[in-house]
Amino acid sequence: MRFTGKVWRYGDNVDTDVIIPARYLNTADMKELALHAMEDIDPTFAGKVKEGDMIVAGKNFGCGSSREHAPGALKAAGVACVVAESFARIFYRNAINIGLPLIELGEGDINIKAGDMLAVDLAAGQAENLASGEKFAIPALPGFIQDIAQAGGLVPYTQQLLAKKK
Amino acid sequence: MARAMTMTEKIFAAHAGLSEVQPGQLIKAKLDLVLGNDITSPPAIKEFEQISDKVFDKDKIVLVPDHFTPNKDIKSAEMAKTMREFARKQNITHYFEVGRMGIEHVLLPEQGLVAPGEVIIGADSHTCTYGAVGAFATGVGSTDMACAMATGETWFKVPASIKVELTGKLTKWVSGKDVVLTLIGMIGVDGARYQSLEFAGPGVASLTMTDRLTISNMAIEAGAKNGIFPVDSITEQYLTGRVKRAYTPVAADPGAEYIRTITINLEKLTPVVALPHLPENVRPVSEMALTPINQVIIGSCTNGRIEDLAQAAAIFDGKQVHEDVRAIIIPGSQDVYLEAVKLGYVEIFVKAGAVVSTPTCGPCLGGHMGIMAKGERAVATTNRNFRGRMGHVDSEVYLASPAVAAASAVLGRIAGPEEVA
Ligand code: SF4
Repeated sequence: MRFTGKVWRYGDNVDTDVIIPARYLNTADMKELALHAMEDIDPTFAGKVKEGDMIVAGKNFGCGSSREHAPGALKAAGVACVVAESFARIFYRNAINIGLPLIELGEGDINIKAGDMLAVDLAAGQAENLASGEKFAIPALPGFIQDIAQAGGLVPYTQQLLAKKK
Repeated sequence: MARAMTMTEKIFAAHAGLSEVQPGQLIKAKLDLVLGNDITSPPAIKEFEQISDKVFDKDKIVLVPDHFTPNKDIKSAEMAKTMREFARKQNITHYFEVGRMGIEHVLLPEQGLVAPGEVIIGADSHTCTYGAVGAFATGVGSTDMACAMATGETWFKVPASIKVELTGKLTKWVSGKDVVLTLIGMIGVDGARYQSLEFAGPGVASLTMTDRLTISNMAIEAGAKNGIFPVDSITEQYLTGRVKRAYTPVAADPGAEYIRTITINLEKLTPVVALPHLPENVRPVSEMALTPINQVIIGSCTNGRIEDLAQAAAIFDGKQVHEDVRAIIIPGSQDVYLEAVKLGYVEIFVKAGAVVSTPTCGPCLGGHMGIMAKGERAVATTNRNFRGRMGHVDSEVYLASPAVAAASAVLGRIAGPEEVA
């Protein structure tokens, strides 16, 4: 999978309550939730985010609640992938399960600014910041997590598994 | 001989059908229980229906409508209805209707649905609470719940473990909440990210089950996958009469590997609060300068048990809630509620000028029953003080124990229990 998109830049510990506040969780309609994505830290996001944009953040992205509505709302808002130094584990799991690509870069400075354009090639394991020309490697997903991602998420993956068993 | 393993590694090995596992290994494990609530189940049900028409075991799924119930609006009523109809259709044994329900993580241990050595996943991040009884329990999302309901298994990455060595005994008015907040203050909100917290040491024996449930509950606030306690006579006593099936307690092997050991002397702990907007912003209550408050919440899956209410009742007895404060008390389950009535706590609360609610998550996640306006400040016994968690994005939540919350309600500012009692 290859894509190019504009960067939305955030800091450390972006929690699931700001990704999608609980006051909106009386629906599980991701399109509707997407209208409120990130609004408590960035009221401009939902109105301006474009299909294919990417989020780049610091450490522990997605900490807090297990609500899958968080990666779900970002995906429905058009976010193509989230790049972070590290991810909270339930968010990581959920994103893989619903087929939202994540790129975990490890601790350290990520030299990517808001508005930069990123080109990501998941299959080749390469990304490039088109603004600075800087290239970085995307760590490969381990074992069957790769299979889940390739199947497009846990539901299609499980469907395939169950079909094989029959 | 298999390698020496931690509690979590041993439970995983047993459920993956392996003689040993090690940190970083990806495994598929059998599940003893799958949990969902009124927010996470509806999307899970939708996905489940794309995979299967029958759950793997109707006795091993628990559905609890607790977040927005009794329903706060039409949309949440629709979600609860989706879950109720699914429970009926699939003949789910453990569905808890309003009137019999409680906050999931108070309810499940109380009803004997979780036991030592088991593997439990729940579509709720505080599923880690059940580590208190020596189970491996962790939060997942709705898709995981959906697939687990169909197959009875899921994948895990075996976490490395951090040993939390507890020594000494807690002093008066210091409880499990102070222990876990202190720990999070020491290691930070991602201090145990993708790792297991395993509690150990002589201090464990002095902690009640309520303390342990509170501590395991907030393992996730340190980023941990789970927070697990050894099984001892206190655990066994708690389980007696609750858990009717056979279970296999697991103990860490001597020589098990931990990536880090953190020692906490319980004797030295004092009442603390976590300042907005992260649970790691922990300060002693005694260092809080005059901080006026508008609201106090006592309840939640962290501190909604009868011993928590007992602490609050001991403070409120014969006192009045400060005129500038709304104090809202939410028993964690119907059993806790009834016990609080029988023990006279409800009378104490009402006489003090506090509100006593039916069990619900309610204000903990900014759902209903105590949402805050702009600029307001609460002391809450809940577990998260993220921006906007309890209402307006410019409202503030200070996390504390029931004793600190009650004392603060009486004095109208953040206060220590000894200032009131
Ligand atoms: S009480 Fe709060 S933290 Fe616990 S399950 Fe309910 S919303 Fe989640």
